[in-house]
Amino acid sequence: MSDTALTLGEKTFTNRLFTGTGKFAANSQIPQMLAASGSEMITVALRRIDLTSETENILNFIPNTVTLLPNTSGARTAEQAVRVARIAREAGCGNFIKIEVITDSKYLMPDNYETLKATEILAEEGFVVLPYVLPDLPLAKRLESAGAAAIMPLGAPIGTNRGLETKPLLAMLIENCSVPVIVDAGIGLPSQAAAAMEMGADAVLVNTAIATARDPEVMGQAFDLAVRAGRAAYLAESAETSLTARASSPLTGFLD
Amino acid sequence: MQLQINGQATQINATTLDELISELELPRESLVVEHNSQIVRQQQWAQTRLSQDDVLELLSFVGGG
Repeated sequence: MSDTALTLGEKTFTNRLFTGTGKFAANSQIPQMLAASGSEMITVALRRIDLTSETENILNFIPNTVTLLPNTSGARTAEQAVRVARIAREAGCGNFIKIEVITDSKYLMPDNYETLKATEILAEEGFVVLPYVLPDLPLAKRLESAGAAAIMPLGAPIGTNRGLETKPLLAMLIENCSVPVIVDAGIGLPSQAAAAMEMGADAVLVNTAIATARDPEVMGQAFDLAVRAGRAAYLAESAETSLTARASSPLTGFLD
Repeated sequence: MQLQINGQATQINATTLDELISELELPRESLVVEHNSQIVRQQQWAQTRLSQDDVLELLSFVGGG
């Protein structure tokens, strides 16, 4: 199967499964998962350190061949997201940034308005901006104009593992966006990742479903296979559906 | 002197950022420092002098999705 690599900023990705570092039972599972899944980009978050106890440096568990995607989680305004992004870049984590601005603690819905404002500022400053948003086509077009490198719409609320609940809205983005569409959040099973890729999503980002599986390493591998299968199906251009049967064998009787 | 460190008023003896990090026994390799809203790179820690009521944010990368 011939496929083109996914380009974001100046980097190209041949593996279309992006992963996250949250919620693993032990950080040592992260390199195992990365090796098994082949994932080439992984998210990290930035927080105040605990002055009273020692914690492991998460970056030590990520091979330097994997692109870091710092997120702006914890930001409640565009201004805070911009601050987190600048700190992450200054800390040597490269110029990729996942903008995540959330004020709603019940459903963790992204604030599309603040996210757009942060995208405008950070794209101008040379960041490769990946905004996490509710799938809304007019907003996605505005994000494109603002210089977003991709759009990252949610399939379902963060950590819910409910799959592609926003499927018709995702389809509108996939059909109409000129930048890549990466389905982020809510994907709970490899079959759901495959479904997103079959629809034409350019990539998926999966954290909870892998990190909280009993075996994150094997689940990482399962997601890799699913993303490849879904991508291949998309490139193969699926056959039409029909309400009535269309015989696969000759319609004549056996001995006619 | 007293500084605001990660939102807490904290008494310290150090006079530079580098001394402060030693005093608090913080892990240097993973530390990201903001001093009065300015990011300070590790090479500049020794030259960064601290003053009463300075605001410090001591951050590091953690797991997140």
